[in-house]
Amino acid sequence: MLRIEGLTAEIDGKQILKGINLEVPTGEVHAIMGPNGSGKSTLSYVLSGREGYEITGGSATFNGVDILAMEPEERAAAGLFLAFQYPVELPGVGNANFLRTALNSIRKAKGEPEVDAMAFLKMARAKLKTLQMSDDMLKRNVNVGFSGGEKKRNEVLQMALLEPSLAILDETDSGLDIDALKIVSEGVNAMRGPNFSALVITHYQRLLDYITPDRVHVLMGGRIVKSGGPELALELEAEGYAKVAA
Amino acid sequence: MPAVAETLETVQAASDGGYKWGFETDIAMEFAPKGLNEDIVRFISAKKNEPEWLLEWRLKAYRLWLTMEEPDWAAVNYPKIDYQDAYYYAAPTTKAAPKSLDEVDPELLRTYEKLGIPVREQERLQGIAVDMVFDSVSVATTFKERLHKEGIIFCSISEAVQEHPELVKQYLGSVVPPGDNYFACLNSAVFTDGSFVYIPKGVRCPMELSTYFRINAKSTGQFERTLIVADAGSHVSYLEGCTAPMRDENQMHAAVVELVLMDDATIKYSTVQNWYPGDAEGKGGIYNFVTKRAACRGARSKVSWTQVETGSAITWKYPSCMLLGDDSVGEFYSVAITNNHQQADTGTKMWHVGKNTKSTIVSKGISAGRGQNTYRGLVKISPKATGARNFTQCDSLLIGDQCGAHTVPYIENRCVSAKVEHEATTSRIAEDQLFYCRSRGLSQEEAVGLIVNGFCREVLKELPMEFAVEAQKLLAISLEGSVG
Ligand SMILES: Nc1ncnc2c1ncn2[C@@H]1O[C@H](COP(=O)(O)OP(=O)(O)O)[C@@H](O)[C@H]1O
Ligand SMILES: [Mg+2]
Repeated sequence: MLRIEGLTAEIDGKQILKGINLEVPTGEVHAIMGPNGSGKSTLSYVLSGREGYEITGGSATFNGVDILAMEPEERAAAGLFLAFQYPVELPGVGNANFLRTALNSIRKAKGEPEVDAMAFLKMARAKLKTLQMSDDMLKRNVNVGFSGGEKKRNEVLQMALLEPSLAILDETDSGLDIDALKIVSEGVNAMRGPNFSALVITHYQRLLDYITPDRVHVLMGGRIVKSGGPELALELEAEGYAKVAA
Repeated sequence: MPAVAETLETVQAASDGGYKWGFETDIAMEFAPKGLNEDIVRFISAKKNEPEWLLEWRLKAYRLWLTMEEPDWAAVNYPKIDYQDAYYYAAPTTKAAPKSLDEVDPELLRTYEKLGIPVREQERLQGIAVDMVFDSVSVATTFKERLHKEGIIFCSISEAVQEHPELVKQYLGSVVPPGDNYFACLNSAVFTDGSFVYIPKGVRCPMELSTYFRINAKSTGQFERTLIVADAGSHVSYLEGCTAPMRDENQMHAAVVELVLMDDATIKYSTVQNWYPGDAEGKGGIYNFVTKRAACRGARSKVSWTQVETGSAITWKYPSCMLLGDDSVGEFYSVAITNNHQQADTGTKMWHVGKNTKSTIVSKGISAGRGQNTYRGLVKISPKATGARNFTQCDSLLIGDQCGAHTVPYIENRCVSAKVEHEATTSRIAEDQLFYCRSRGLSQEEAVGLIVNGFCREVLKELPMEFAVEAQKLLAISLEGSVG
């Protein structure tokens, strides 16, 4: 269970999060929708521990543990995963090497045995197949020269391999055509289960046709201004944020 | 590879962070009297039972050295070196030269095993023959017999002086003459040991040859001399590695490496330099003043220098290629890391003399802590080198804001048909790259290691497999504590 209470945060002295209250029970998938600049990415960065944000108040716990006090890698080991809105390029670093290093870091932190290169390749190939991605993806350098869609799929591949218990997907649907959108959605749906929860950040209702959320929250001006069931997304689509939030 | 990597990990696990090769071997040693004068030169020559011509050669070099000035053009700062305050010869006391590995002092072999060097021929690492140089002497060379069957000579230079004097006399100093520079001249006077390789015509050396240099004794300089001659159509890959104990004092290492290549010969020369770099405050560490040069005398000969320089307090080193034969090729791939107070001034000289000669320079400099890293290179194209081509790429990576990276490329092109290209970049490890890695579970240090290895990829892929794995780990270890 992810529990955020009264969370406020600023960057460069500018307050962005103005008191977020949110609960995502284990096993549920929640959507966060909101206009550009409302603080969606900021929330995802604050939850995953990016430097540069000052947390001025409130708390965030995951299964009762204060995650805000942890290093980013400790949060990853605790089961947190962020699919980046803008995935980062790592020149010269092979994707397979990166993914295996990540997987083994998390396994090590959990006291699980590391996987060797052969075993990893087998795991990765299986995941690639379900995501309809080519094996080539593993040979290329992390996100270097990837198209927008490939970058997003690479994020989903990482999620599938690292098997987090809480995934935050920051506009993973942006820039995807309808086929890619379906594949990415299937990737997320395949992970759903009693031990997995997700926070799906999106602009568009169409993603929620494929990933049906348990709850939808509207984030505006650094606050959750409205929450509801899946029908809220349709309402937003039809009427616009301003009206729904009013 | 597995044996090396495993042993290395064991050594790492056993030590408590920082420089993991810093132990000292306790063994009975014999020293020359402290200081430097003609008698010391004679002492070294006598110890090695050298012929008269070599003693004369040394003495001539010594007298020339006395007239020379220590160079000061490199971007490195260090207190004045007192050349009288060091030992120029230190060797483990043994009865006679060991005839086989079984006769070598087990304590010495253990030292190399502890460092991860495959000293036993029956080990899994069948692919590497090793010459082990301990302070001033070579203590063992593996696979000599096997190589001998192919006509290949691989032994210490001291042994070569005894067994193959004609070859040594012909080539010693023919690429780097004693008067070439201050440190090479000093080396010519007092060099103690190093490796000698001769690959006969048309022979492809069936295994990697390697030399592992270890400085052990206190207040001792290591002056090694390596000479590799690749006859027409031959091929060899040679590796060298080096470490030293952790000490507060600075110790000097001034080596000379000469490579000679005939028609169609290829030499691939790889170095992983991991001398003790000094502590976080800049105390101690090796002064590494090295002259390395290859003479591509034959047509279509090719030499490739690959170096990973992570150690030493000061590195002063410019492995160079004299491209004399038509269509000869010179390559220089370099990674140099300076962390804490380390200073490196390194690069290459590509001297195009033959027609259609080609050279490639790829230099990756990484500075962290208060480290200073300078690439200094010269591409010189003589009027007759028609069709010559050079491509140079120098990339610098900065970690933190107290370090420095400098690029000093000189180009002297006196041939209109030659083509010279130069690219340079300077970058920092981006915060978003670090965060991306950490959000995937990598520690800050693992993330830096991964990003730095990515930055160096073009160079690391030139290393033989066995070394590439170690080099990657070494890069990460060298940068420990550089971000925080
Ligand atoms: N480094 C920064 N300095 C100042 N303001 C910033 C910085 N980064 C983001 N912001 C501001 O924070 C607000 C929220 O941004 P963000 O969380 O990216 O929104 P969203 O993801 O919802 O589009 C925006 O107004 C943006 O301009
Ligand atoms: Mg955003």
